[in-house]
Amino acid sequence: MSLTTERPAPAESSLIPSKPRVGDKVFKGLSTGSGILIFVILGAVATFLVALAFPALVSSPETLESQGFGEFWSWVIPLAFGTVWSSFWALVFAVPVAIGIALFISHYAPRKLAAPLGYVIDLLAAVPSVVYGLWGGIALASALQPLHAWLATYLGWIPLFSGQPSGTGRTILTTSLVLAVMILPIITSLCREVFLQTPKLHEEAALALGATRWEMVQMAVFPFARAGIVSAVMLGLGRALGETMAVAMVLSGANVIKIEMLNQQNPISIAARIALDFPESSGLAVNQLIAAGLVLFVITLAVNMVARWIVSRRAAFSGAN
Amino acid sequence: MTATLTPPRASSSLTAGQLPRWTTPLLVAAAAVVGIVATLLLGGFNAGLAAFFAFVLYQVAIFVASASVEGTRKGFDRLMYGFVVGAFLLALVPLAWLAFTTLLAGLNRFDGQFFTWSMRNIVGEGGGAIHAIYGTLAVTGVATLISVPIGLLTAVYLSEYGQGKALARGITFFVDVMTGVPSIVAGLFAYALMGLVFRPGFVSGFAGSIALSVLMIPVVVRSSEELLRIVPNELREASYALGVPKWRTILKIVIPTAISGIVSGVILAIARIIGETAPLMIASGFTQSINNNFFDGPMMTLPTFVYGQYAYRSLPHEAYVDRAWAGALTLILIVMSLNLIGRIIAKRFAPKTSGR
Repeated sequence: MSLTTERPAPAESSLIPSKPRVGDKVFKGLSTGSGILIFVILGAVATFLVALAFPALVSSPETLESQGFGEFWSWVIPLAFGTVWSSFWALVFAVPVAIGIALFISHYAPRKLAAPLGYVIDLLAAVPSVVYGLWGGIALASALQPLHAWLATYLGWIPLFSGQPSGTGRTILTTSLVLAVMILPIITSLCREVFLQTPKLHEEAALALGATRWEMVQMAVFPFARAGIVSAVMLGLGRALGETMAVAMVLSGANVIKIEMLNQQNPISIAARIALDFPESSGLAVNQLIAAGLVLFVITLAVNMVARWIVSRRAAFSGAN
Repeated sequence: MTATLTPPRASSSLTAGQLPRWTTPLLVAAAAVVGIVATLLLGGFNAGLAAFFAFVLYQVAIFVASASVEGTRKGFDRLMYGFVVGAFLLALVPLAWLAFTTLLAGLNRFDGQFFTWSMRNIVGEGGGAIHAIYGTLAVTGVATLISVPIGLLTAVYLSEYGQGKALARGITFFVDVMTGVPSIVAGLFAYALMGLVFRPGFVSGFAGSIALSVLMIPVVVRSSEELLRIVPNELREASYALGVPKWRTILKIVIPTAISGIVSGVILAIARIIGETAPLMIASGFTQSINNNFFDGPMMTLPTFVYGQYAYRSLPHEAYVDRAWAGALTLILIVMSLNLIGRIIAKRFAPKTSGR
């Protein structure tokens, strides 16, 4: 929609020039200023993090050994691995379910029920992360312990499940499941939006040619929604990478790189490490934690920017339809 | 295809080659019974295991039945239908489980003392969360006061002034990026800011508010912008035609038309940040008593209270875990009622998109 009417009476010579309005200038200035403030805030986040991370980044390994948590990169890389590893499994668990739910709400459920059902799934997004942490650490972990034992006994030959299973169930497997539940609503709602945008004619054409409902979904919905699904997954990944409390409250992890998912000792994520260590840290240790936060910031920023870029690219060419 | 070509066997030629309508409910019931019996035989009833068995059994049965009567394409369709419905039901499990657990465990300490006492000088049983509730209200309230003007004005810029400008596109992009800033990074930012402005290690309720604002502003911008955009253009044109300046048009016509949606968007944004834990742990710290100075000293909030009770347990463990659950229940109740209020406002007072 064009907003040519946005500009009231351009001051042409033939008309009476409008009075310069102070209110207009002030209001426009205020709102433009607020917009620019967004850049300033994001810039400030980066600047202040860099400023406080700097001491840790330039200190010698020996200083960090005595006052912090040890040499920076060998300390932060296992954490980055833990972050990516737990988020990866969260995605593996969440994405198929989320796509299924989105399809159910957009194409399978009765029309009248679709909106309330969508609201029920959105409720999952309303639960505070600390409550997920509490639930994951107390209820889910103990309920999943038998599963851990079973997997280790019967599927122990797979490297992922090898080793002595944890007796508490507080492992990277449980953590990933909690993370999966937490990112489920965001992936679902984005996928649902995209699925609903599928051109009705494509769907009806498929059905008219004798396709079953699933074949229609495969032929009409998925090809149309591919970019949308990818970006939804990326946004879910961004959420999982930055999630703190669920990881911090389920895992008492260590700085290790290991792929086994059922053991007592687990890799932990950057955000959770910061949350666990921050209250008791001082001096250079704080700087080192902030530097780790900077690493996390860069990772999530990259993931989110890629996701948004995919979305905007898609919007650009779907506008012609 | 082949199914429709086979000669009619049943009494009605239209339903020939199809499974009767009662197949699905019958198979679901049978699979459920078999699943439950199987877990009982394997040693003890287990709802999760029974559901898993029943699901697998149902999927196999419906595929075999449908494929043999209706053809494999139809069978595959029914199989996928099972997966899609199964995915939805699966998502309800954590929701119901979480709600049930929180309610059950939270009610242990959901009493008068919990809402009137702080944790000052409390070791073991007793005590309450009044300091945390006070802190949550203060920190979230100030965060809202900071975020709403900035967010709303940015939305006004995007929808009223910035159409098609590079600056507006940049802002939209960075607002989206800002939505993805991990909450703990927002906390570290507030901590770093306060540390450089005041003194290192400075924590306060205000720092928490700043951290929450970083998370709240993008949410407010997105929801307000969307609502300002659906205000019908005729209203603006009518106002300009009467000679009303642009800024008064925005203040008196555009915003009032969209105000219910904006208010509900703000309430939903509050509901989202009121449960944030990580940034407040970093920026506001932990304390056991009410802190009346908003601008100095640690300030407890409900989420950090829950975390603190869970993470720093001493004896007896139950007292701490019970307090954590009671705090979680309080938090969920607050968030849910905010959500409900927001949605009711959005629904009841939705702007009229088509004019009058």
